[in-house]
Amino acid sequence: MATAVVGSRIKRREDPRLITGEAKYLEDIKLPGLAYAAILRSPYAHANIKSINIDKAKALPGVLGVFTGKDFADVNPLPCAWQAGGVQNNANTPRILEIDKVTFTGAGVAVVVAEDRYTAEDALELIEVDWEPLPVVVDAYKATQPGAPQLHENAPNNVCMEWTVGDQSAVDQALHSADIVVKQHILNQRLIPTPMEPRGCIAQYLAATGEYTIWMTSQAPHVMRLLITAFVFGIPETKVRVISPQIGGGFGAKIFLYPEYCLMPALSKKLGRPVRWMETRSENYISTTHGRDHITDIEVGAKRDGTITSLKVNTYANLGGVLSTIAPGIPTTLYGRMLSGAYKIPNIFCRVFGVYTNTGMVDAYRGAGRPEATYVVERAVDLVARELNMDPVEVRRKNFIQPEDFPYDPIILRGLKYDSGDYDKALDRALEMLDYANFRKEQAEARQQGRYLGVGFSTYIEICGVAPSAWIGLPGEGWGAALWESANVRVHLTGKVVVTTGSQTHGQGHETSVSQVVAGELGIAVEDVTVQHSDTLGTPFGYGTYGSRSTAVGTVAVYNSLQKIKEKAKALGAHMLEAAVEDVVFQDGKVHVKGAPDRAKTIQEIAGAAALAYSLPQGMEPFLDDTTYYDPPNCTYPFGTHICVVEVDPSTGSIEIKRYIAVDDVGNVINPMIVEGQVHGGIAQGVAQALWEAAVYDENGQLITGSLMDYALPRADFFPPFELDRTETPTPVNPLGVKGAGETGTIAATPAVVNAVVDALSPLGIKHLDMPLGADKIWRVIQEHTNGV
Amino acid sequence: MYPTEIDYHRASSIAEAIELLSQNDDAKLLAGGHSLIPAMKLRLAQPGLLIDISHLEELKSIFVSGDKISIGALATHAQIAASADVQSYAPALASAAGIVGDQQVRNWGTIGGNLAHADPASDPPTVVLAYDGVIHIQGQSGSRSVNAQDFFVDLFATALEPGEIITRIELSNSSSAKSAYVKLSHPASRYAVVGVCAVLEMNGSTCTSARVAVGGATMKAVRSPGAESVLTGSSLDDSALNAAAAAVKSDIEEFLIGDMSYPEDYRQAMAGVYLKRAVHAALGS
Amino acid sequence: MQVKITVNGTLHERDVTPRTLLVHFLREDLALTGTKIGCDTSQCGSCTVHLDGKALKSCTMLAVQADGSDVQTIESLAQDGPLHPMQESFWEKHGLQCGYCTPGMIMASIALLENNPHPSDEEIRHGLEGNLCRCTGYQNIVAAVKNASEKMGG
Repeated sequence: MATAVVGSRIKRREDPRLITGEAKYLEDIKLPGLAYAAILRSPYAHANIKSINIDKAKALPGVLGVFTGKDFADVNPLPCAWQAGGVQNNANTPRILEIDKVTFTGAGVAVVVAEDRYTAEDALELIEVDWEPLPVVVDAYKATQPGAPQLHENAPNNVCMEWTVGDQSAVDQALHSADIVVKQHILNQRLIPTPMEPRGCIAQYLAATGEYTIWMTSQAPHVMRLLITAFVFGIPETKVRVISPQIGGGFGAKIFLYPEYCLMPALSKKLGRPVRWMETRSENYISTTHGRDHITDIEVGAKRDGTITSLKVNTYANLGGVLSTIAPGIPTTLYGRMLSGAYKIPNIFCRVFGVYTNTGMVDAYRGAGRPEATYVVERAVDLVARELNMDPVEVRRKNFIQPEDFPYDPIILRGLKYDSGDYDKALDRALEMLDYANFRKEQAEARQQGRYLGVGFSTYIEICGVAPSAWIGLPGEGWGAALWESANVRVHLTGKVVVTTGSQTHGQGHETSVSQVVAGELGIAVEDVTVQHSDTLGTPFGYGTYGSRSTAVGTVAVYNSLQKIKEKAKALGAHMLEAAVEDVVFQDGKVHVKGAPDRAKTIQEIAGAAALAYSLPQGMEPFLDDTTYYDPPNCTYPFGTHICVVEVDPSTGSIEIKRYIAVDDVGNVINPMIVEGQVHGGIAQGVAQALWEAAVYDENGQLITGSLMDYALPRADFFPPFELDRTETPTPVNPLGVKGAGETGTIAATPAVVNAVVDALSPLGIKHLDMPLGADKIWRVIQEHTNGV
Repeated sequence: MYPTEIDYHRASSIAEAIELLSQNDDAKLLAGGHSLIPAMKLRLAQPGLLIDISHLEELKSIFVSGDKISIGALATHAQIAASADVQSYAPALASAAGIVGDQQVRNWGTIGGNLAHADPASDPPTVVLAYDGVIHIQGQSGSRSVNAQDFFVDLFATALEPGEIITRIELSNSSSAKSAYVKLSHPASRYAVVGVCAVLEMNGSTCTSARVAVGGATMKAVRSPGAESVLTGSSLDDSALNAAAAAVKSDIEEFLIGDMSYPEDYRQAMAGVYLKRAVHAALGS
Repeated sequence: MQVKITVNGTLHERDVTPRTLLVHFLREDLALTGTKIGCDTSQCGSCTVHLDGKALKSCTMLAVQADGSDVQTIESLAQDGPLHPMQESFWEKHGLQCGYCTPGMIMASIALLENNPHPSDEEIRHGLEGNLCRCTGYQNIVAAVKNASEKMGG
C-alpha cells in the first residue's frame, strides 16, 4: 500500500467543489459592504497626461469615490524583482495609477469606486482626461534604432538592458571554421496567456489594527505580500494577509505584482469599505502581462557530418512599456542559459537586448524563456539538417548528450549541470509510435500526388524545478530573492494529517499529488490528508507556483518533513513497544519490531500518543510535527520527443494536424493522470502558438487582437487526440526523483509543429516560416514559390 | 461587460412593437439578442429602449405554403437547422443554420435578427441570397416585401426603414436543386472569412440554372452573376469550375473587405476555392 | 423592474434594473456563483446555463428577458445529492484542471448529449465549439463526455 498510492491515477481531491460550482473564485467572494471598482485605462499607447477632471464622475449617484494617480503620489512604484542585465539603472515600473505619462494602451490612470460595477463603469465614461499623444513604437528592434520615439529618459534608445552569455570570440572562431553556417531570422510572436479566469482583487482594511486582508488572483501570495508591504507601501509585512482563493488558471500571468493588487488596499483604506475589482476579458488583454515577443537572428555552424559546433544568437526581447515583476529574467537566465537544448554544442554565445516599446508588459508565460530557447534550438537543428540534406532525426542523434555524459555541464548554465537523461530512448519510442520508416514512404507517395505532408520533431529538454537559491542569487543574475520552498506536516491526535505549503495551486492538482506522497510515506488513506495553501496566514513562506517547480521543490519539502516525522514516530513507537529504536522499522503505516510484524503500533496510535504526551521518551517534545525549508542543489531537466504530422492544403493554406505524438520524461510520476493532463494542456498551448495565436499591435500601439473575437484561443475541434507515452528517468537531484511536468508540452510543441509545416512545404524550397502559420500566410508563401497553384 | 442604462418593454403584438419603435428614436428591437447584447456589453451599442419581440409566437413558426417555405423572423438557427421542411426545401439554409456560432448561440439567435444585423461575416445572409429569398417587412405604413438581392445594402446596412420589422423570410422550393453552403471560419470568432452558397438546378449532368452567393469576403452578401452564367449550361467540369471561380473573384472585386489576418486578396482567392467546394458539396462529389 | 424567474426549481421574484445581465442576476442577486464569466464577447461559454431546457450563454441575455423562464445552473445538478453522470465523468476522466470553465463546460456537455446521445469524438469536439478551456487541451473533456454518454445509457 505504501508505494502503490504514489504513481497511481487517483481522482483529484479538489474536483468535487469544482464540478459542483461550490468552489469560491475571487469574484465569487462577497463581503458585507462590498464596493466595486472600475479602472480608467489609457486609450493611447504613449501620451502625457495633462489633466484629469473627475468632477462629473464623482457627482454620479452611487459613486463612492474617484481617484487619480496624484491621490497616490506617496505610494512607491511597483518593484522589479529580477534585475537581470543591469536593469537596476533604468528600471521603469508601473505606479498603482500613472500620474504624468503612459507608455502603453491599458495603463491605469483613474479609478472609480461605486455601489455596483455598472455604476462604476458609467462613472468612468464621465472622467475627462486631457491627453497629449506622443509618437509610438511597438517593435523591439525598431525601438532601438536612431530616431525612434523614446519612452523613458533613463533608457537611451529604449534599451532596458543588454545581457550576454558565452564566449563571443570562441563562437566566432568556431563559426569561421565550420563546414557550413546557416543563418536565420526568427520571430517568436507575442502571446496572451488567457487563463479562463481573468485577474481580480478584493481588499479590506481594518482601521483599528491597521491591517489589510487582500484576496487576489495570485500564483505567489507570499511574494505578493512581501512586495506590497516592503516595497510599495513601506509597512510591516505582518500588517497584510494575502489570500489566493480558488484560482482559475495562471500560466504565469498571475505570478506578478500588478497595480490593482496595491490599488484595492489603498482604496479600502481611503473609503473604509472592502473593495473588489475584477478584470473583464478585454481589460485582461491590455492590462495583464503578455508572453514571448522575441526578434532573433541565429547563426549555427556544423560539420559536414551533422555535428553542430557553434550557435550564435542575437535577440531583441520586447518587454513592453514598463517592466513587470520579473520581466528581465525571462529572456536572460531562463532563455540564454537554455540554448544548448539536448545537444552537445561546444560553443554558444547569446546577446539579448531587453527593449521598452509602447506595448503591454511582457513577462513569464507558460515555459517562460524556455519555449523561446527551445524554438531557436529545435529550428536550428532542422536548418542544419536541411542544409546538409540529412534526416533531422539523424542530426539530433548525432548531437545528443549521451546517458554516460550526465551530469552534463553545458557551460552556459553557470555551474549547474543537467541531471539525468536518455534522449535516444524517448526518441526511439516516439519514432516507433509514428512508424517513421513507413511515414517517409507515405510522404513520398503523397508528394507524388502533389500533396504536402510533413513531419516535425522536437527533442526538447527543459529546465524546471527552478531553484537553487545560491545559483539564482549569483551576482549578475539579478534575482532579488531566494527560491527554496517550505512545508509543514502535522499528524493530529486523530491521525489525520495537515500539510501546509508555501506553494500555490491553480489547476495543477497539488492537493491530490501531495496527499498521495503523504499517504504513501505514512501508510494512511489519501482522504486522511488535508493540504492547506495559498493563504499567508497559516502557511510557511514560499516563492509560489511557476517554472514547474512545485513538485520538484515544494513537494520535496513535504517529503523531507515526512522522513523526520517517521523518525520521530519510530522513536516513539519503539518506546511504546518497549523496544530499542534500532530494533524497529516503519512500514506500511506501522512501527513494528524487526522480525515481529505483529508487535506494532499504527501511525494513528503513535500520533495519538505523541499528542496526548502522557508517556514520551525522555526529552521528546509532544506532537508529530515538522517544518522543512528545502533548497535543492540543482534544477531538474525533463526531456522528451514530440512529433507532429501535418498536411497543408495548398489551395487555402490551411493546416491539418494529422497526428501528434508526445513521449515525455518527467522523472518519477506521482499521478500519471495529472501529468498527462498537464501535457495535453501544454501541447494545446504550444500548438496554438505555432498555428493560431498572436497578439498584434498596430502602429499606434492599439492591440488589434483585443478580445476573444480576434485572438484565436484554440477550441476542441482544432486538435486531433494527442498520443502520449512516457519514459521514466528519475532525477538524482531530489529524493522523489521527480522533475516537473507543467511546461513540457508548451516548450516542446511549438517547434514540432513548425518543423512539420516546413517539412511539408520543403519541396517548394521553403526552409523557414514565422509563426503563427495562419492560412493566409501559408497560402501566400505557396503562391510565391509556385507562381500560383 | 456592463451595458448602459436602458428601458425594456416586452411587446405583446407586432403592432405594438412597431408603434414603440416608431415613437422612440433610440429604440432597438430585441429578439434573440445575440448580436445586440454583445454590442451593448462593450458599450458599442447604447439603445435607450429595448423592445423585446421574442415572445411574439406568430413570428416563430416555419411552414410550407404552396411551393414556398415561410420562416418566421423569430425562428432560431437551431430551429431552422432541425426543421424537416427547411431541410427539404432549402437544405443549404438548414446546414448553414447548423454551423452559425455554437450550440448556445443557435438556440437563441434568430434569423430575423441575423438578417437585420447584416453582419457580412455571418452565414444566413449568403444563403438566403443564394436561394433568392424574399424578406417580408412590416412597418407603420403597412407590409412590404424586399428581395434578398435588394435587402443587403452595405456593411451592417439593410433596406429596413426606421420603424420597420422583419416578419418572415420566404424561400422558393429548392428541393429539386442541389445546394450547399461552405465556409472558411475565422479561428477566433468562427465567423466566415469566406462563405459561398451554390444552388444548382440540374438536368442529368448539365446545370440548367445556378445561383451563387458570397459572404464573409464582402461587405455584404453578394451574388456572382458571372459565375452563375458560366455554370449554367455547363456540366460543372473542372474547366467550368475554374472559369466560375475566376468569375466570382472578379464579381466580388468591388465589394471586398479584409483585415490583418485575412487580407482582401486572400479572401478573394478563397471565394474561388470555396465556390468549387460549394459545387462539389452540392453535388455530393 | 419586477421579474419572476425560476432557478433550479425555486421561484425568485426580484426587482432588477433592465440592463442587468442574466449572469450577474444569478451570481450577484441570487448568489449562485457556480456560473462563471470568462469573457465579454460571448465566446468562452463559461457562463453556460440552461434556460427553458436549452443551453444559453447567460452573459448574452438580460435578466428581464428571462422573466417567466426556468433556469438551471451548475448548482442544480447535484442539489438532490448524488453527482450528475456528467459531473462524475469529468471527475473520473480528469476533464478539468483549474475548474473555471468547468460549470459551463458541464452544462454545455449535458445539452450536447440531449441533442445527440451517442456522439462520436469528433461530434463532441464540434459540439463544444462554444466553450473554451485553457488547461486541458480538451482531450479529457472529450473522454468525459463520451464516458457520460455511456453512463447515461448512450
